[in-house]
Amino acid sequence: MAEEMRIVLRNYGKIDPLKIDDYIAQGGYKSLEKASSMDKEALIEEVKKSNLRGRGGAGFNCGQKWSFAYRANADEKYVVCNADEGEPGTYKDRLIMENDPHTLIEGMAICAYAIGAAKGFIYLRGEYPQLIDILNTAIGQAKEKAVLKGFDIEVRSGAGAYVCGEETALIESIEGKRGEPRFKPPYPPSEGLWMKPTIVNNVETFASIPVIIEKGAEWYAGIGVPSYPGTKVFTLTGDVNNKTFFEVPTNTTIREIVYQFGGGIPGGKKFKAVQIGGTSGAFIPDSLLNTPVAFDNMSAIGATLGSGAVFVLDETRDIVDVTTRIAKFFEHESCGKCAPCREGTARMHELMELVNSGQGSLKDIELMQKLGNVMSIACLCGLGQAAPAPILTTIKHFGTDYNAKLM
Amino acid sequence: MDYKDIIASYADKPGGMIEAYHAVQRELSYLPVEAVTEAARVFNLPASAAYGVATFYSMFSVASRGKNVIRICESAPCHVAGAAEVVAALERELGVKMGESTANGQFALEYTECVGQCQATPVITINGKVHLDVSPAKVPAILAEYK
Repeated sequence: MAEEMRIVLRNYGKIDPLKIDDYIAQGGYKSLEKASSMDKEALIEEVKKSNLRGRGGAGFNCGQKWSFAYRANADEKYVVCNADEGEPGTYKDRLIMENDPHTLIEGMAICAYAIGAAKGFIYLRGEYPQLIDILNTAIGQAKEKAVLKGFDIEVRSGAGAYVCGEETALIESIEGKRGEPRFKPPYPPSEGLWMKPTIVNNVETFASIPVIIEKGAEWYAGIGVPSYPGTKVFTLTGDVNNKTFFEVPTNTTIREIVYQFGGGIPGGKKFKAVQIGGTSGAFIPDSLLNTPVAFDNMSAIGATLGSGAVFVLDETRDIVDVTTRIAKFFEHESCGKCAPCREGTARMHELMELVNSGQGSLKDIELMQKLGNVMSIACLCGLGQAAPAPILTTIKHFGTDYNAKLM
Repeated sequence: MDYKDIIASYADKPGGMIEAYHAVQRELSYLPVEAVTEAARVFNLPASAAYGVATFYSMFSVASRGKNVIRICESAPCHVAGAAEVVAALERELGVKMGESTANGQFALEYTECVGQCQATPVITINGKVHLDVSPAKVPAILAEYK
């Protein structure tokens, strides 16, 4: 039986988030002190060895990313926290920031020391105005206690654009521009914010750092699945008894998440599908529920771990209707910079509306499959590449639901 | 505070135009064209760039709208939890359709995507404040807080 293991949420409910002394009493800022006494390359090597991979969805080795920015020569470097948690059904980063802001700040400060940055930004989604004060209070306290050793952090607000979760779009937005993704390369560790070397990591990634420094890379690498070790925070929505959050090792299976932690489906109904990773995630049928949630295990079944959102549908739900709603989401959130995404998301939505209203044919389904495959290759950023996934996976696993609606 | 003073107070912040727009909207609820033009001047950008930013982000409005901005989440978790009934109740109670403002300028009704409060769906926000587990029956009492 899987058990919860709290690393990034270790202080949840144990401390007053607005009191730095509470955090310090739990051992807070000791990891920063330890890190600052280490050789920078050795510190980065330690993070690399822990095999911590980015928790924002892309799953890149965190230490390796840091090493690129460390090696880059520049008069200024930046540490940016991606707190633009926009994947529908996700609120893990809010939980961390609301309940333990100092763990994020400490993680960012460790990164700043490692790569040689003096300035950091937290890009906070516009939908979380209540967190601005919490974060600023925490930053103020950390400065007052002089624990940050000259590292400065500024909070910047987003303004309601899903695409700004993409790291180069986020950087554009901090620069005060439209949040449109950049062409890559160059990647942010070599040319990021104001074209300076920049590390962009997710809230959950930074929050893992202090514990890794405290307990060691080996300890962390031994938790969960070796290729994607550690824990992951999940947030459950839709047709589950426990619409809640929990943090589990990455070898936990989808079935355990839905049935054990989620408490199964309400009202004695049967399970139909689960979408993991947010609105851009694949819909997964019952036959694949024994898959561990770790990054590569999910990729192997054509799914993604993404943000850790878990959206459950029971047997009575109209999955074609839900997928149509999702297609509308992507049309709305496409930034319009590249044609495959701008046109593709619009056409996909149009075709889904057609099928959902009973006016579609088999040809439309085939067209969506073709267009979806083109988008997953041709779109400029992750938004457009992932947008077809819910449509393609529901056609694949729930084809009978589509067929029932065809003309 | 005058929008000119608000924007001026962000002039020294690199990339501060978005923060300035947020501040203007806290006062005026939307971004009048004069404020966008002023931002272009203060941040030394073409008016097209300042307008481009104002229209890119869904929380900014260049059209005049009601003072209290009600946003209803229509992302999948809220969708399956009954957001459509909440929309109908709000439209009925306020006598306007989604995307419109009440004639007295008190309320604006808008859709939003996920606001990250999915532990208690459906969710609406009013001026950024979160209201959880909203049902049609709860709508009148929620609105009364802002009247």
